[in-house]
Amino acid sequence: MFAYVVRRCFTGVIMLVVMSFVTYFLFFASPLDPGKFACGKSCPPALIKQTDKALGFDKPWPVQWKDFAVGVVKGRDYPEDPALRKSAPQLISHCSAPCLGYSQVNLINVTSELKDKIPISASLALVAFLMWIAGGISLGAIAALTKGSIVDRGVVGISLVFYALPTFWMGLFLIEFPAIKWGLVAVPSYTSIADGGVWGWLSNLFLPALTLALFYMAGYVRITRAFVLESMSEDYLRTAKAKGLAPRKILVKHTMRAALTPIVTLAGLDFAGLLGGAIITEQVFNFNGLGKLAVDSIQTFDLPTTLGLVLLLAAFVIVANIIVDILYAVIDPRVRVG
Amino acid sequence: MTSYLSVRDLVVHFPTVDGVVKATDGLSYEVERGKTLGIVGESGSGKSVSSSAILGLHRGTNAKVSGEILLDGDDLLQLNDEQMRRHRGRDVAMIFQDPLSAMHPYYTVGNQIAEAYLVHNKVSKKAAKARAIEMLDRVGIPQPDRRVDDYPHQFSGGMRQRAMIAMGLINNPGLLIADEPTTALDVTVQAQILDLLQDLQREFNSAIIIITHDLGVVAEMADDVLVMYAGRAVEYGPCKEILTHPEMPYTWGLLSSVPDLTADTNAKLIPIRGNPPSLLSPPPGCAFNPRCDHRDKVPGDLCTTQVPDLTPARSGGNHVKRCHLANPDEVYVAEVLPEIAPDLVKETP
Repeated sequence: MFAYVVRRCFTGVIMLVVMSFVTYFLFFASPLDPGKFACGKSCPPALIKQTDKALGFDKPWPVQWKDFAVGVVKGRDYPEDPALRKSAPQLISHCSAPCLGYSQVNLINVTSELKDKIPISASLALVAFLMWIAGGISLGAIAALTKGSIVDRGVVGISLVFYALPTFWMGLFLIEFPAIKWGLVAVPSYTSIADGGVWGWLSNLFLPALTLALFYMAGYVRITRAFVLESMSEDYLRTAKAKGLAPRKILVKHTMRAALTPIVTLAGLDFAGLLGGAIITEQVFNFNGLGKLAVDSIQTFDLPTTLGLVLLLAAFVIVANIIVDILYAVIDPRVRVG
Repeated sequence: MTSYLSVRDLVVHFPTVDGVVKATDGLSYEVERGKTLGIVGESGSGKSVSSSAILGLHRGTNAKVSGEILLDGDDLLQLNDEQMRRHRGRDVAMIFQDPLSAMHPYYTVGNQIAEAYLVHNKVSKKAAKARAIEMLDRVGIPQPDRRVDDYPHQFSGGMRQRAMIAMGLINNPGLLIADEPTTALDVTVQAQILDLLQDLQREFNSAIIIITHDLGVVAEMADDVLVMYAGRAVEYGPCKEILTHPEMPYTWGLLSSVPDLTADTNAKLIPIRGNPPSLLSPPPGCAFNPRCDHRDKVPGDLCTTQVPDLTPARSGGNHVKRCHLANPDEVYVAEVLPEIAPDLVKETP
């Protein structure tokens, strides 16, 4: 088991290296000149050249990628140009490992830029995740137990309606009506636990998390319903019934356990994807998280930030996959290796 | 004196969009403690459905169950779901055909066996586990204290069936229903499992219903035999009587289709022609009539118009059969016996 995890982590690192390489390649394949962007509007050619040199854009892109990769492991110093460093040592700033580069647009190193945004997106993802898991699994189980009834059709139908509504619509609706017109909750703005306590943090996350949860829940309702129904027709459930177990015990211990594997698969990937930022929901609620940063950095051609985001999201997905695979073994003893 | 289990006029119908599936129609039988009843029939003859009804496994489905199932005097069909649940596993236990799919793949064998004990006994988990180990030992699992923590997939087929038997017998039930317990196992393991069931029956003095389509199993295990066809009993009586003086053409067919190991290896198997009838629209009259070779011996169209009653067999005893033939015993000796056991006929001229 341990060897398996080590092996998976190793392949995960290789995947990250490949991801960063591909991202670099794609970025430099575009016709835009990053130095020109960094320099600003109506920049004279000489100044562009100097900016290129300072940020290292003058080197061929594979070399830049190598510098970046070394920076992640060892950290690096800016500006890139050794001549400039020598002539103006007061300009040198150190970016310590893991250095994901320096954003010439936001004038901050990417690592600390991401560090500021991660708590916002992670809080949002976590609360939304808990909401849709609790709602999706229990509604799915209820639908399965009342298969064919009005309750079943209602639950499945309504969850599909929420799935079909775009998140920007749902987000705007929740701001407009419960928050502004009805005044049930305050218009959310992100407050960290340090600033507002657990309650302040949670209450400000409620509406955006609900927006996401309503959207994601449909899949969980359906998958839980399908797998609970499937496992209800298994022979081992007949055995459980023949033993004289109470219906509640049969449902919780025997039926739900069997439905857990597909739910964990879906949940791992959804949660990891959401950790990387909920682009639309963050825009609608004006949460300054990773999703908003991603949109901004692409629009401003901010390579280091984009690259940092891509790698961070890839790392989330890879780690989530490893965790899901470990959970498989915890859930299903047949999967356990040696 | 009434028997431990007495099933009277049991009916199990499944309403479907195409009509009512009459899986069991007016079935009656009795089993005493310490005795074994073999229920024989083809797939779809209602063997399993009628036995599941004893455990109330059709509750919560759309099946319509009526009649009487008297267990030690109590009519199980009159109980509410909670009362029925208390009987399951404690007074009536069931073991199933395929022990791999009948056990939950995610829990250890010991956990699942102990669970059956915990439901009906107020004991600690530790005591239940100790009891599970004791039962595993009793059914012949080697090193039971270690194997108790194995998962079902780590057991062989025979061991899984032993574990199922341990689970079934852990509460010392008065009645054990074994639904084709040896079908999924190879022949040597089959014999071991049957021996084990017989040993345990002697030890616990429980009644056993063994559902099978293997007459060899019946011959070895059963005291009484019930032959089912299309949801009805077509022949019922002491095992020895049925195997030596069967009086219903369907039973003859079952006996004929058993391969004879001592005969010429080129000898042909004699199958029952045709297919089992649809339970949705069984043939009118005797359900077996389209497949019966002896229909022409019955005068008129009795076979195709009238369901024969269960009547005492000509050989007497408690043996009953459902057939219009006036002299089935003579037909059997004259026509069927020479085909299936030519040696026997020659010896007794």
